[in-house]
Amino acid sequence: MDNYLTLPGWVLAVFQSCLYIALAPLLVGWVRKVKARLQNRRGAPLLQAYRDLYKLLVKEARVAHTASPLFRAAPYIVFTATWMAAATVPLLVVDLPTAAIADIIVLVGLLALARVFLALAGMDVGTAFGGMGASREMLIGALAEPAMLMAVFTLAMTAHSTNLSSVIDYHLVDGFVLRPSYLFALGGLVLVAVAESGRIPIDNPTTHLELTMIHEAMLLEYSGRHLALMEWSAQIKLLLYGTLIANVFFPWGIGRGFGAAALGLGLAAVLAKLAALGAILAVGETVLAKMRLFRAPEFLNLALLLSLLGLLSHVILEVGA
Amino acid sequence: MNLGLLPLLQQLVLVLAAIVLFLSFVLLAQNRLISAIHAFAWQGALVAAVTTVVAATGHIHHLYFSAALTLALKALLIPWMLHRLVRRLELERHTESLQSPTLVTMAAVALVIFSYWLVLPMIQEELAFTRNIVAISLAVVLIGLLMMVFRTQAVAQVLGFMSMENGLFLAAVSATGGMPLVVELGVAFDVLVAMVLFGVFFLQIRESIDSLDVDRLNRLRETGGDQ
Amino acid sequence: MNALTLVLLTPLLGALILGLIRPPPLAGWFNLGVSALSLAAALWLAWSVAQVSDLPGDLGGPGPIAGSLAGDIFGMPFRVDAFNVYLVVLTAFVALTTSIFSRPYMRYVLAIGRIGPRRLRTYHSMYQLFMFTMLVALTTDNLGVMWVAVEGATLATVLLVSLYRTPEAVEAAWKYFILCGVGIALALFGTVLTYFAAQQVISDPAAGLNWSTLYTEAGRLEPAVMRLAFVFLLVGYGTKVGLVPMHQWLPDAHSEGPTPMSAVLSGLLLNVALYAVVRLKMLVDGSLAHTSNPHLAGYLLMGFGLVSFLVAGLFLHRQRDIKRMFSYSSIEHMGLMTFGFGLGGPLATFGALLHMLVHSLTKSAIFVTVGHATHIAGTQAIEQIRGLIRTQPTVGWSLLIGVAAIAGFPPFGVFMSEFLLLTATMKTAPWFTLALLSGLAVAFAGLFRHLHPMVYGTPPEGQQPVAANMIPVAVHLTLVLWLGLAIPAFLANWLDRATGLITGTRLL
Repeated sequence: MDNYLTLPGWVLAVFQSCLYIALAPLLVGWVRKVKARLQNRRGAPLLQAYRDLYKLLVKEARVAHTASPLFRAAPYIVFTATWMAAATVPLLVVDLPTAAIADIIVLVGLLALARVFLALAGMDVGTAFGGMGASREMLIGALAEPAMLMAVFTLAMTAHSTNLSSVIDYHLVDGFVLRPSYLFALGGLVLVAVAESGRIPIDNPTTHLELTMIHEAMLLEYSGRHLALMEWSAQIKLLLYGTLIANVFFPWGIGRGFGAAALGLGLAAVLAKLAALGAILAVGETVLAKMRLFRAPEFLNLALLLSLLGLLSHVILEVGA
Repeated sequence: MNLGLLPLLQQLVLVLAAIVLFLSFVLLAQNRLISAIHAFAWQGALVAAVTTVVAATGHIHHLYFSAALTLALKALLIPWMLHRLVRRLELERHTESLQSPTLVTMAAVALVIFSYWLVLPMIQEELAFTRNIVAISLAVVLIGLLMMVFRTQAVAQVLGFMSMENGLFLAAVSATGGMPLVVELGVAFDVLVAMVLFGVFFLQIRESIDSLDVDRLNRLRETGGDQ
Repeated sequence: MNALTLVLLTPLLGALILGLIRPPPLAGWFNLGVSALSLAAALWLAWSVAQVSDLPGDLGGPGPIAGSLAGDIFGMPFRVDAFNVYLVVLTAFVALTTSIFSRPYMRYVLAIGRIGPRRLRTYHSMYQLFMFTMLVALTTDNLGVMWVAVEGATLATVLLVSLYRTPEAVEAAWKYFILCGVGIALALFGTVLTYFAAQQVISDPAAGLNWSTLYTEAGRLEPAVMRLAFVFLLVGYGTKVGLVPMHQWLPDAHSEGPTPMSAVLSGLLLNVALYAVVRLKMLVDGSLAHTSNPHLAGYLLMGFGLVSFLVAGLFLHRQRDIKRMFSYSSIEHMGLMTFGFGLGGPLATFGALLHMLVHSLTKSAIFVTVGHATHIAGTQAIEQIRGLIRTQPTVGWSLLIGVAAIAGFPPFGVFMSEFLLLTATMKTAPWFTLALLSGLAVAFAGLFRHLHPMVYGTPPEGQQPVAANMIPVAVHLTLVLWLGLAIPAFLANWLDRATGLITGTRLL
């Protein structure tokens, strides 16, 4: 694992990070397209999200007069933190230089940083909806983080490391093994992913009713390039969770060297997996209804329970005496 | 023991057993009665699946028959009987939440850990791959017991009892490769008769106190009742 | 094995036929006849077992267990030895005398409209079915079948406890069903664990649950597993024995059912459950014999037994319902027996076996008398039953003598068995003697405190004597007196053989 600190490695690492921010709107566009088809509409074109981002970037950014410097800085901080978190998750290949910091706990920490600044920005201007969105976001975050950490610990206990690259390597070496703990951890992580990226049944990303908003409520005061960065961060977050689930639980196809063939295969594999996950998400959003807010803790308790059961199954069923 | 070294079918058994445990939790915290009956039916079906896979890997032929018996009884007949009773007692839309679901779930998790600790000296010996499932099955039994203690609705208590029997059956299959057939037949017969009697009892309780909340069955107390 | 087949088949067929007989008087007499036939078959069986000689050297050694009759019915192994055959005879005998009492009593209950003719049919049919399950549980050699039979006995009686359909009866039956069901489920787990231990040492999978095979291989059973199994089995079957703290169902179930039901539940089912516990203790003792703590099973039994004994004695004082009071007395005596079996050794075991016998006889007699007393007074509340001896001297005197007997007055049999148990305690565990003596004194005080006004108080206005069938009571109490004064040789020998079987050494 020490021979990856080479120039090709770094180039590839930068390329992968840029690929993340490039692919994020595509994933969101794909999910919207599938949802539209399921609802018997034609839906917006696949690349519509890019056009929306461009439109926002060229528009003027208006800031409320009650806003503090934090309000202007927050979009950049959130975007950077989310991007860095995403950069740690192996997308195409496993042995990148960024693998050294690809610790799952670092990932969770960076996402928490992003969440904190998002909430602060929501409260900054002093509107009622912003504060409401911020408190709801923190509620979801407070309940989702333990579940995520516990699911992650289950993975770490099996692979004997919290480094994402090591975990994926371990899985590739082991081959196809049915682990009860992974089943539960997958369930827990999927539920956490849905909650953290603000999808139905926790939060409706297309709602226009302020009292039902969680994520959108914090962005109500933003416009222009600030809004573009915030939206983009949300999309990167969704891509991050999708990649995490796809590449950690179903790692086959991910590249292990720096050859063109490996990279091509890695890209094709990850695109296929993300497309499948996106479709499942779209189906889920169509079939389920958004839950009332006070039922969100039940949802996240279920995620925590699944993660806990995953940990217990690991100790009871897999470790043995 | 490295899980990766086991054949795939045996890994499947472990996965199924883990899902049985998960269904115990679902059963414990489920508010709607009809959904709880469905969860119980699925649990029975999964126990039958575990039995079938154990029979296939170990070439124990009488277990196929036990699996069929479990499927017919626990996954089909008894849920159907409960369904019919619920319709007769007009409880389809009945919901009842636990007083403190978080605490009860935490107690259930503690029971899982406790049962693992309890059987640990037993499974230290080198045995079949199913030995770890003994801890799961004891946990299912104890969670069924927990459900009977904390649920105050009579039908829910019966579900807890039946879930205990599921755990016992899983224990028999996983620890011993199935009890002798005649014993299993006897146990199945007992469970069926018990279910029939439970049905009779629901009607009797309903007639006498006009509800199925067994907390209201409180005339016989230690001081000799309200005289 | 014709005797055994007859013993088991009679109640089963009787139950089936009684389900079909419509006229109530015919059903009552038929029930009586079936019970009489069962008793005859049981005596025949006992005589067959008595013919089988048991040489002292063969007990507990390898090979088939001497002194017993073994056989297969439909491929199921059965084994009748000195321990269970005397319980079989006792069961059949008490069933007969109770059916003699139940015939006119249930006619009266039918006449006053508390139950209808259909429920009476259920009652008679379940009565014989209950006997069948108990006899199977006593005579089977397979632990799994024993479990099925004990659970079957619970199921057979559960409908009978709620026969009167009052809210209290339904509640009592529900509690009985749920608590005993849970207990039995735990006992099944213990049975599974026993089978698990057996599979490690016994190659034949079908023989892994046979008690006799397990007994001969007991030394090779894994101690850790057997320890865990015994805990589950003790908690499970102990619930049916009525050990504290699993006793909650007992006072309700024994007091709310019809009186004949209380008599057989108190007198017989508790014995069967204790029999199961003792059989399993024999296995566990063999398995733990070479570990650092070989008497663990015994200590557990002593602990549960002593706690039940003391707690029940204290609760006796607070009771306001006469049948509940006597149910607590049952719990107390079962606790004492459990303590005795836990103490081990020939003296305590002989005492406990004798106690099983005399307690059954006395308790069923008491419940029959109580049935008449409540009939006279029209209520089960102790406060309202007064002056029995003035209204109907036979009932009053029977109750007085019965309570004296159960409280341990000499020269009744209970005194003899309690004396043996106390002597054994003083020899092996002297610091418990004080607890036992004080428990006995407390129970004695409680019983007589409640009894005295019931028997000697001023009878309320208009209390009439009733048509009472006191033959069963007279027979039982006479037997208990006889056993207290001079145990006949054959019975002493019989109990001695059972003691030898359980502990490995004989007393006499």
